[in-house]
Amino acid sequence: MIIKRPPDIKASEITDKSLYLRRREFLRDTALAGLAVAGLGASARAVAGTGEKLGNVKKSLLSSPGEELTPYEDITTYNNFYEFGTNKEDPAANSGKFKPQPWNVRVGGECNKPGSYALEDFIKPHALEERIYRMRCVEAWSMVIPWVGIPLGDVLKRFEPNGNAKYVAFTTVMRPNEMPGQRRAVLEWPYVEGLRMDEAMHPLTILSIGLYGEVLPNQNGAPLRLVVPWKYGFKGIKSIVKVEFTSRQPPTAWNISNSREYGFYSNVNPQVDHPRWSQGKERRIGEFLKRKTLMFNGYADQVASLYAGMDLQKNY
Amino acid sequence: MMRDRLWYGVFLCGLAPFLWLVLLAVTDGLGANPIERITHFTGDWQLNLLLTALALSPLRRLTRKNIFIRFRRMLGLFAFFYVCLHFSTWLVLDQFFDWNDIVRDIVKRPFITVGFIAFLLLIPMAVTSTRKMVQRLGPNWRKLHSCVYVIGTLGIIHYLWLVKADKLVPIIYGSIFILLLVLRLQVPQWAKNLPALQPQRTGAQP
Repeated sequence: MIIKRPPDIKASEITDKSLYLRRREFLRDTALAGLAVAGLGASARAVAGTGEKLGNVKKSLLSSPGEELTPYEDITTYNNFYEFGTNKEDPAANSGKFKPQPWNVRVGGECNKPGSYALEDFIKPHALEERIYRMRCVEAWSMVIPWVGIPLGDVLKRFEPNGNAKYVAFTTVMRPNEMPGQRRAVLEWPYVEGLRMDEAMHPLTILSIGLYGEVLPNQNGAPLRLVVPWKYGFKGIKSIVKVEFTSRQPPTAWNISNSREYGFYSNVNPQVDHPRWSQGKERRIGEFLKRKTLMFNGYADQVASLYAGMDLQKNY
Repeated sequence: MMRDRLWYGVFLCGLAPFLWLVLLAVTDGLGANPIERITHFTGDWQLNLLLTALALSPLRRLTRKNIFIRFRRMLGLFAFFYVCLHFSTWLVLDQFFDWNDIVRDIVKRPFITVGFIAFLLLIPMAVTSTRKMVQRLGPNWRKLHSCVYVIGTLGIIHYLWLVKADKLVPIIYGSIFILLLVLRLQVPQWAKNLPALQPQRTGAQP
């Protein structure tokens, strides 16, 4: 879809989706065989990917090593993307009409090179990387996702943010015709998110355009979404159309909805409970027993210094 | 109670959600987070059956047919069955007997506190649902079983307090519940003018 570059890594070395689908099929077939014996028939889940391979994806040293990847099927059928409905299955079921192409991103605010960019031009100057990250949802479940993306910091530098740029604000597209969830004011639409400048420039922060080596499915935030692995998943705003440098802390969607429960920072922190449930443990999708949630989702070595001296109970 | 075809039909209807859940479980159909799915499913069905059971006496009043009341106990017990599944899913599958966390959640998390109280209150109701108990308790039976309105209220608050932002479904449940309560308390004038009800077959009904 996007860039042509001399390959420095074989496509076969990038995590292959079919491998995981096959594993799932095996499980399903085993279950079906069991049912056939019992004289029952049933339809099982089946998921087709976008099928569009992304070329020239480099593996990144910033990937989290030693984690078993969450199956493609789970990553693409269990989503919080309220623009397509509030149930986990809704985004996969209701995002078929959404058109992620063509796509424009407007860049503005405190920078020297504002403008409107076609997605291709927005991405083109950067090399695509595979980043395998843990994703911890504020609802106490987690996944391991092989994203394809580019470092946000490298992108932002191109627009030459000026001295007043202290924060970056992001806005999701507003398309009630294609996004049925936007027809009801469950949250204030469009969805907005923001990062402090140093968080945005951190090498772990990426803009993603794909997963499992393929173009991002609609339900995962196509065509362009934010991934900040040490923060709760809802900080990873999806289907981004606007990036703005600001001097003040920008409003964020969940904070507008309930400021007592969702703060601007929303760093993964097992010591600061959600007012209504504990954040001490999480269920990794596909596992039975819960695991302990790690400070900054296990990225403390890389990011804890960003918050040195801050009271994280107050700045939740 | 006579176990005729209708009895078995209603029984099967009450059991059908459970059978569906089992079918989903053995066909890998519970999605990415099966424990969450089972928890939500059993919670929903406990409320569905509780509200259905509560709708039976207003239905009898409107249709003047005693047939509805016949199944109130069965549906009430099915509601109890699903709340037991709901509670044990949380205890076993979700918390996996982590007693520290379980006790802390019950004490500290209001939505769990009210859900837990509702569950506890349902136990004496289920225990006293036999005909013998109805006879033994006499007028106290009705008093005890009017607890169902407290349980319904707590169950809906439990739902309302646990959702993140989309309160539509618990509000729908709440509205139906309030409507049933109003129908119970406030017999409309036109209904009062209807011919008298048939005498009841057991002492269990008001």
